[in-house]
Amino acid sequence: MTEFIVVTSGKGGVGKTTTSASIAVGLAKRGKKVAVIDFDVGLRNLDLIMGCERRVVYDFVNVIHNECTLKQALIKDKRIDTLHVLAASQTRDKEALTKEGVEKVLNDLKEEGFDYVVCDSPAGIEKGAYLAMYFADRAIVVVNPEVSSVRDSDRILGLLASKTRRAELGAAPVEQHLLLTRYNPSRVADGDMMSIDDVKEILGIEVLGVIPESEGVLTASNSGVPVILDDESNAGQAYEDAVARLAGEQRPMRFIEAPKKGFLARMFGG
Amino acid sequence: MGIFDFLRSRPKNTASTARERLRIIVAQERSQRGAPDYLPLLRRELLEVIRKYVNVDQDAVDIHVEKDGEHDVLELSVALPERAQAAQAAAS
Repeated sequence: MTEFIVVTSGKGGVGKTTTSASIAVGLAKRGKKVAVIDFDVGLRNLDLIMGCERRVVYDFVNVIHNECTLKQALIKDKRIDTLHVLAASQTRDKEALTKEGVEKVLNDLKEEGFDYVVCDSPAGIEKGAYLAMYFADRAIVVVNPEVSSVRDSDRILGLLASKTRRAELGAAPVEQHLLLTRYNPSRVADGDMMSIDDVKEILGIEVLGVIPESEGVLTASNSGVPVILDDESNAGQAYEDAVARLAGEQRPMRFIEAPKKGFLARMFGG
Repeated sequence: MGIFDFLRSRPKNTASTARERLRIIVAQERSQRGAPDYLPLLRRELLEVIRKYVNVDQDAVDIHVEKDGEHDVLELSVALPERAQAAQAAAS
């Protein structure tokens, strides 16, 4: 049984690709056979975050146009045997992705026995984003605790409920999860940032994980190592927890409390 | 809270402002979800036509689509001004 998971958000720059990479790595580390696909045609970036940018020969659009086989285009991860990356094409042709083409690739991955296919959606609600979510069984909606991101996420939740294969067939709805990223507990404590409960209440869906704002995310992308592989960073550990919950485990949320202020900081209101 | 906090003006709690603004806009957008795209334009044109004859407010025309079994029902309501107001507007 292959599960298709879309990582989406509506708004750009909230951490979709970072999340796709870490979720895919996390699932593969658990022994699952995983493919992660970049749907952002024209703005390929997942390869950089995964650290395989120099090994891209064929891409998603090449497979759809039968210019190569799926096997040729899948880049095998050097760290984890069961993990494969399918890069986006750098073409400027917006019509390069077709519903039939995407469906064929996803069906082929199913036949190859993949356990999970993670679809990294582009920002926006255009064709790429539509096709990334269309075949999904589950959706991870990445949201920052910030007004425009929350509003766009609600729009995406509406599309997941109406513009997906599951919705059109009248099947069980796409299972929706929220993943809060760039969360800053100190700012929440100061009343300058919406809390987990605020976002959960406005959007009305359950929270899969909370990734704290962390220096580790930038250093990980600098070196092409998904942040989940950095055991030292809070963000990496929070992604590990999120993957465990995705796999059905119960885990308490970590890194969501503001660090206690010291005596001097309290005296001087630091 | 530090003892010198009175020296600094505390910024107000902007997170709760964000939450309230989002509650309202999200509820409004959800109520319009799935409705045909032409509704806002239809509403504006209807308002223009009505205003040729009656001096109504900007928000006098209320329009939405509801599902009734197999059919979609276009529901339209127009709030006319009170008589005194209308007469006054006619006189001026």
